[in-house]
Amino acid sequence: MIERIHDLYDELERQRVMLSFKGALSPDLITALLGAVERKMEGLESDPRTRKRVFNVVMECLQNLYHHNTKLREDQERPDAAPEPQGVVMIAHMDRGYSVLTGNFMAGIEVEQLKNHLDRINGLPADALREFYRETLADGKFGRNGGGGLGMIDIARKSGGKLEYGFVPYDKDSAFFSLNVNVTT
Amino acid sequence: MEGNPKTPTVNFDPETGLFELKGRSIPENSIDFYKPLIDWLDRYGRSPKAKTALHVQLEYFNTSSSKCILDLFKKLEGIRATGNEVTVLWHYEADDEDMLEAGEDYAGIINIPFKMIQIEEVDGN
Repeated sequence: MIERIHDLYDELERQRVMLSFKGALSPDLITALLGAVERKMEGLESDPRTRKRVFNVVMECLQNLYHHNTKLREDQERPDAAPEPQGVVMIAHMDRGYSVLTGNFMAGIEVEQLKNHLDRINGLPADALREFYRETLADGKFGRNGGGGLGMIDIARKSGGKLEYGFVPYDKDSAFFSLNVNVTT
Repeated sequence: MEGNPKTPTVNFDPETGLFELKGRSIPENSIDFYKPLIDWLDRYGRSPKAKTALHVQLEYFNTSSSKCILDLFKKLEGIRATGNEVTVLWHYEADDEDMLEAGEDYAGIINIPFKMIQIEEVDGN
């Protein structure tokens, strides 16, 4: 195990990872991670618009991890389930921007709905995406946490690119959802 | 109400009809934060001032806050519908085109005059 720490460090360095975290998330920890991202971006990125976009995307992604894992825990009585929302996040500095990667477990029955939502978002040009955001904002439907379906649309708007995603079946009830959001400069 | 790293500073003055939302609105659950403000505006709306102005000066807001902020505007829309003057003054930093667009998105949904005000930097937390 001891040699692997150096390998892990090397690998993260090679991938130009600015920040990575795997484990249980709490609101306080999200605040701390966002603070770290903000400080790092101030040194790395001279364009304030890109700085803000990266911050926004990381914030929405972390809050997605926080909320969606909680749902899985509440909805399913899994004796082996982690006591807190688990997730993984990695932010890498690329040649032409930043990559925000996140992963979390979600309920298997919700996979198709999320996939359709992401495909719809990826199929829309910028102006239609803005219209979709406005319609969703005005639809009067509140989610449990207030967002009501705006999260991924906002992430896509701030990214300016397509959302890369994948689902890996985990057990009969759940799947692992991976998301890569590129914010290009 | 003073802001913190995740919630904005709130100044609501029923005597002058001047309201202010300033800083960051990025809490995990925005309904908890905004419900009391929306209830408060509801009470203010029963005997509002002839002129009401809401200054919004946010550096960041999350999608959990988006619909709550829309609900605040809807309360103001109701006050305007009963014959009072209501204005939203939407402040955005000079380099923050996304925040300007966000203001335009609300202005497109809500029947209240929006004034877009370009500023240097959002002060306070």
